Amino acid sequence: MKTIYVLGSGCAKCQKTAEMIASEIKNLGVEAVVEKDTSMDSLLKYQVMSTPAVVIDGKLVHSGGLPRREQILDWLKA
Amino acid sequence: MLKIFTWLADGLVFSLLGLSPQSKWGDALHFFIEDTTKIYFLLAVMIYGIALLRASLKVEWVRDFLARRHRLTGYVMGAVLGAVTPFCSCSSIPLFLGFCSAGIPLGVTLAFLLTSPLINEVAVIMLLELLGWKLTLAYIFVGLMTGMLGGALLDLLKAERWLVPEVAKVYAAAAQAQSKTTEPTLNTRLSWRERHEFAKSELFEIFERVWKWVLIGVGLGAGLHGFVPAGFFEDYLGAGQWWSVPAAVVLGIPLYSNATGVIPVMKSLLLKGMPIGTTLAFCMSTVAASFPEFILLKQVMQFKLLAWVFGFLLLAFSLIGWILNLWGPVLLK
Repeated sequence: MKTIYVLGSGCAKCQKTAEMIASEIKNLGVEAVVEKDTSMDSLLKYQVMSTPAVVIDGKLVHSGGLPRREQILDWLKA
Repeated sequence: MLKIFTWLADGLVFSLLGLSPQSKWGDALHFFIEDTTKIYFLLAVMIYGIALLRASLKVEWVRDFLARRHRLTGYVMGAVLGAVTPFCSCSSIPLFLGFCSAGIPLGVTLAFLLTSPLINEVAVIMLLELLGWKLTLAYIFVGLMTGMLGGALLDLLKAERWLVPEVAKVYAAAAQAQSKTTEPTLNTRLSWRERHEFAKSELFEIFERVWKWVLIGVGLGAGLHGFVPAGFFEDYLGAGQWWSVPAAVVLGIPLYSNATGVIPVMKSLLLKGMPIGTTLAFCMSTVAASFPEFILLKQVMQFKLLAWVFGFLLLAFSLIGWILNLWGPVLLK
């Protein structure tokens, strides 16, 4: 079961990123949940400077801009 | 080469629609079509071209670079990098935190954040095209000065005591820690394919954000152009009245726009006799002093710090306005 966090303070792209990941989770039927995290602590902890950023099971995998679909698939399948 | 857009507007408005160049509607519509087509064309070409060149410039590099500078060079480089780094205001908070936790002086971070909305490639392209290179240089110069002086002033005031507690803690800890970063290297070895991919996504992203502002801005500009009598502002807001400058600055605050929307309006205001300093002060206030941006920054700054930043901007723009009203007319060929 993967836990995926989308970091960022509520910008339009953060919203979109979370939606994209949620829909791929559904498509693939993998065991994963995606949640948004708007706290400053997380930004500091992962040293994220451009949002949206994506953290999977405590590891930063993406930062800045919308991820591409292939990237999301890679994360979910890994 | 850009005459082609004048011809296009001539053809559409005067020949196809049969409006007379002397009529108000004809004049306004011609202005609108010529400027929107020209601006869209220039933006598309220039954003792509500039993005190719700066594909390797990332905020993480800027952070490491600034963290190793002396405070004074920091203000200058902070403002300059604020102008050239691709950066959207929705990333203000993570960027602010990143800079603070890297031990960059608060004033340098603020120099970056103040300059960033004022100067960017889109603003520069539009100023160049609509208002000429002298005014563009003047705009870039005062924009950079605003950022540098603002940053320096806030450091003099020891503004870090007005950060919100969590951020203040991070900031103090970073200042204590001996910086152990090494001189950053720009990854300039990106392949052309990677650069093209970056430039393409930049182009789409910026265009998506600014296309409506161009329409609104040029639309307003065209309306002013066609329907407000020449010399209107000269009569009512002439340079002689000192209060017209701060009035324009205050008027600009609730009007939130980015540079793309306001520059076409500037052109019309100038053509109608609004003094150059007043116009520029109005434009900068619309772009840099906006409530949405300040509400965002409230997450990391206490009210007092925000009020200082705000007050500084108002004063700076008024000063710029007054000075340019005095010797600015030489800037407009």
